[in-house]
Amino acid sequence: MDGLRVISAGFHPTIQDYGRPSVQHLGIPAAGAMDVPSLRLANRLVGNPENTAAIEIRLVGPTLEVLCDSVRVALAGSCTTMTLLGDDGGPLPAHQSVRLSRGQKLRVPPLSDTAGAYLAVEGGFDLPPVYGSLATFVRAGIGGFEGRALVDGDVLPVVTDAVDRRPEVVLATPSFLAAEGPMRIVLGPQDDFFTAASIDRFFSSEFVVGAAVDRMGMRLEGPAFEHSRGHDIISDGIALGAIQVPGNGQPIILLADHQTTGGYPKVGTVISSDVHRLGRLRPGQSVRFERISAADGERQARAAETDLQTIFRQITTAGPQLDLGRLQDSNLISGVVLAGA
Amino acid sequence: MTGTAEKPIFLAAGDAALVVQFGEAIDSAINQRVNDLARALRSLALVGVVDLVPTFRSLMIHYDPLRTDQAQLIAAVEGNLHVQTASSERRRSWIIPSCYEGECAPDLEAVARQAGLSPAEVIAAHSGVDFDVYMMGFMPGFPYMASMPPALRVPRLTEPRVRVPVRSVSIAAEITVVYAIETPGGLSLIGRTPVPFFDLRRDPPVLLESGDQVRFEAISLAEYTALEADYAAHTKTLEFTWIDA
Repeated sequence: MDGLRVISAGFHPTIQDYGRPSVQHLGIPAAGAMDVPSLRLANRLVGNPENTAAIEIRLVGPTLEVLCDSVRVALAGSCTTMTLLGDDGGPLPAHQSVRLSRGQKLRVPPLSDTAGAYLAVEGGFDLPPVYGSLATFVRAGIGGFEGRALVDGDVLPVVTDAVDRRPEVVLATPSFLAAEGPMRIVLGPQDDFFTAASIDRFFSSEFVVGAAVDRMGMRLEGPAFEHSRGHDIISDGIALGAIQVPGNGQPIILLADHQTTGGYPKVGTVISSDVHRLGRLRPGQSVRFERISAADGERQARAAETDLQTIFRQITTAGPQLDLGRLQDSNLISGVVLAGA
Repeated sequence: MTGTAEKPIFLAAGDAALVVQFGEAIDSAINQRVNDLARALRSLALVGVVDLVPTFRSLMIHYDPLRTDQAQLIAAVEGNLHVQTASSERRRSWIIPSCYEGECAPDLEAVARQAGLSPAEVIAAHSGVDFDVYMMGFMPGFPYMASMPPALRVPRLTEPRVRVPVRSVSIAAEITVVYAIETPGGLSLIGRTPVPFFDLRRDPPVLLESGDQVRFEAISLAEYTALEADYAAHTKTLEFTWIDA
């Protein structure tokens, strides 16, 4: 079945959904989207269930060509403007659905405001699930498109190879993308492996996101932790957002592709409602941390979900004109954006 | 001292995971409490529990903070600590063929030297005991099995390998591990099984689970080669038997 051809992959894009968090007891990492609220929004914009698999873009986006009758797509998580290539092309704003026809080419340029974004396609991709998920876990060749990141020349099969014309939808820049302030941390499970002074210093210092960031983890550059009881534990479970500290004292925050178990002590865990913010951080950005109780973390999770539902309700119709197959120039597109905002 | 009669301690792992820790040792009584609790909680299918991950001495409960919370989970654990394993409870027992010869066993000689045994004695010791799968972890399908016969307890390699061949049977200290996929690794490789421990073309892809029992059975290089081809062609599947939990 035809779908989307990858003309140029960009930097390591993968197919991601919510992942497979319920088979960690088999040693299978959960994987899944690094920035789940943005994945959910991208799917909302094209009318999908929120956990439908989409293309997770990291830093530099792909260029894609429509090989089927038509598709509806939306970019979420970044305010980067996409480009429709060709004579009838022009800019395509993020956070807005658009219908594209056979032969049209879409370019997602380097992301300027975040490390990641999601390009959702109406109906999703026609790929085989592994333990109920399409999420790609490259290290074991699981899920997604042939268990790997997308490369030039791939053709991604879509479930829906012809989409209806209907009013497109738009959302003004979602507020969760602008979330600021320290990442909130619940101490434990092995905070007793560190000196109290180094834990205090962790919360009072600024850290810089290291160059070594991937879907598995993020190294932080800043004051080192001091271990008080060695740096080996009997391997135990790892939670998403756990901050593990190996022998050199430099913390590593474990992200979507984290291993299920590990033998380094974990000083704390970033709360679930801040984990997506980690997925948005770029190398060189600074970050601070703040202590929170587990119970307050749970309350934050519920509050964040309420906020997200409020944001989703602000998605509005952009007007029937946004069929890019018919638009002739960027002035007209800009006009439509203003009308829909 | 294992402290198995003591109550576990609860450790927060953020707002979406909780650790129930039974001790600080790799110990069969501690691990059995971990796996018993995992079985009991799994059968309850508690609302909001995403996964239960047993490890050597603790159980990690992954949960959805929109649907449950730490306080409810702690209450559920405390109510199920002393649940007797029902007589109907059972677990799986596997005979895993393993070739301890030639290229399948690059570290066999070194292990034998360290242990002060002959290679034949190492093979007899490793294939002569029932191991329990204490935990699955690290990467897809990796079983961490114990307890190692004391004579075979050797330290990890000082220089980890960049690539360990898939299905290698390895040992270090108390544990034996089968490399379900090719990864870097620091354990001594004393054998190799023809049976895939992780195979996406099989349903289910992962062979073992925590709580399973495993005995290795020594096979010749010729048998290994034939079986490896059979498993690769999916013309053979490995059967288990049920035993009382």
